[in-house]
Amino acid sequence: MEPGDATRLDARDSRWYIDKGFEIVMFLCGISAIVFVVGIFLFVFREGLGFILHDMDVGEFFFSPKWRPTSLHHPTYGILAMVAGTAAVTVLAMAICLPFSIGAAIYIAEFATGRTRETLKILIEFLAAIPSVVWGFIALSIMNPLIITLFDVPMGLGVLNSALILALMAAPIVTSIAEDAFKAVPDSYREAAEALGATRWQTIYKVVLPAARNGLLSAGLLGVGRGFGETMAVLMASGHSINLPTSVFDSFRALTATIAAELGETPVGSSHYQSLFAIGIFLFFITFIINMTADFVVRGVRKG
Amino acid sequence: MVDDRSGHNKIEVRDLTISYGNRPVLRQVALEVRAHEIFGIIGPANSGKTSFLNAVNRMDQMRSNMRVSGSIRINGIDTRSWRNVYALRRKIGVVFPLPVGLPLTVYDNVALAPRLAGTAGSRAELDERVERCLRRAALWDEVKDRLHHLGSLLSGGQQQRLTIARALSQSPEILMLDEFSIAVDPVTTMRIEDVLRELKAEMTIILVTNLVQQAHRLADRTAFFLDGECVEIGETEALFNGGAVDPRTHDYLGGKFG
Repeated sequence: MEPGDATRLDARDSRWYIDKGFEIVMFLCGISAIVFVVGIFLFVFREGLGFILHDMDVGEFFFSPKWRPTSLHHPTYGILAMVAGTAAVTVLAMAICLPFSIGAAIYIAEFATGRTRETLKILIEFLAAIPSVVWGFIALSIMNPLIITLFDVPMGLGVLNSALILALMAAPIVTSIAEDAFKAVPDSYREAAEALGATRWQTIYKVVLPAARNGLLSAGLLGVGRGFGETMAVLMASGHSINLPTSVFDSFRALTATIAAELGETPVGSSHYQSLFAIGIFLFFITFIINMTADFVVRGVRKG
Repeated sequence: MVDDRSGHNKIEVRDLTISYGNRPVLRQVALEVRAHEIFGIIGPANSGKTSFLNAVNRMDQMRSNMRVSGSIRINGIDTRSWRNVYALRRKIGVVFPLPVGLPLTVYDNVALAPRLAGTAGSRAELDERVERCLRRAALWDEVKDRLHHLGSLLSGGQQQRLTIARALSQSPEILMLDEFSIAVDPVTTMRIEDVLRELKAEMTIILVTNLVQQAHRLADRTAFFLDGECVEIGETEALFNGGAVDPRTHDYLGGKFG
């Protein structure tokens, strides 16, 4: 060591400052995500808290299908009809969407090659870029008369229409996540299975699908999240009447659509206004539960 | 070393040329593998050893750009004329360089092939078969208490023996091993080598290895591949004791390159 080395090693040169500065910027970016999420949660909670503490009757809120917040004499705040409608549409939409999406993902990841593959991927991504109001327009102008003619029902807006539109909307994202899950399965698994005399279908069914289980599960849950959270298209496709649906042709009203349609019309701070935020809190918890479930299931699968 | 009574040709290869696109990886190979021998294939990387194995069990079908010409006869029948490649592959067990424990339980890994082929039989028969394969792969004692744990969680050496047990599960006529000891510790390698010596009585073994000494220890006859060419084939003992005709073989065995 030469004399002066010690001070040189201790010096803070420009690179040291740039590195430190970069570290701080990255830290702020990372922390901001958490700050925003917590901020949104606090805001929604604060706006809805008054209603939950003073006006809400828990039994009525969850178990009454009567949503009459503007009644002068006796306003009621029951979300059962909306929860049932939203849940029914989500389940039906997933039942339609998952087989198609996973089938499409299997084709793209396992069978299609070269130009076919690239073209399909671009088309599917294009499908994801269609704004939801356009889907709503399709629901009103194409699906509605189609359902009326095909099934001979008086109105084509309702559970079936919304589920079909939601399935179409969720399909691109579910397909591309599922395709990623298949792509993440190492080729060595496929080669090992084929070397044992497995046919292509057996390879996919017995080896690739189980190996991609986690990814497929998150694709499915993403679809469920989409079903619960989609607003505009469902608002247009559902008929938007408060009704406990008993058949797939019945009109219903989605939780999100209720917030979207009514929030602009209510005086800030009124019970009605606060009750809409209570619905928001409820949606927040539903999403939270779905994500937690996904997390636990995925962890359970990993442990084996 | 070769048992001449059983020494009829199991595999006959003529004019075998393999290319990926326009790039040839194996040119004009002709060789025979005798029944119940260990046939070693040595050579440095990119000499076409793995492509040769892929052509034998017709894995070229999976690779759109792999072209194979010439003929490979197994039991006298050209493999190209077998319409049912799955039946062909069931006759041939393959062990890959890196162990592939499929994300199934240990039991299901070994039972996979019989189940796929629809020959699993009753539960008791399948249990018996799984145990026999695991015993022959020298793995039974280590996994008998955790047959229903994930196979992909075993150690590298255990997974490689699991792969061997899986390859044996259909009682193949031919066992092909592609540099099986790359990811395996020396002790396990020696155990697997012992297993192979025993298996020779029941099947024909093709051993691709880049460890020259492994071929010396195990193979009855050895072929030397270099840059897509089959340079020389001979009795292992003769080759290693200075009987190599081609100077390149002599240099490779002597450790001058590779």
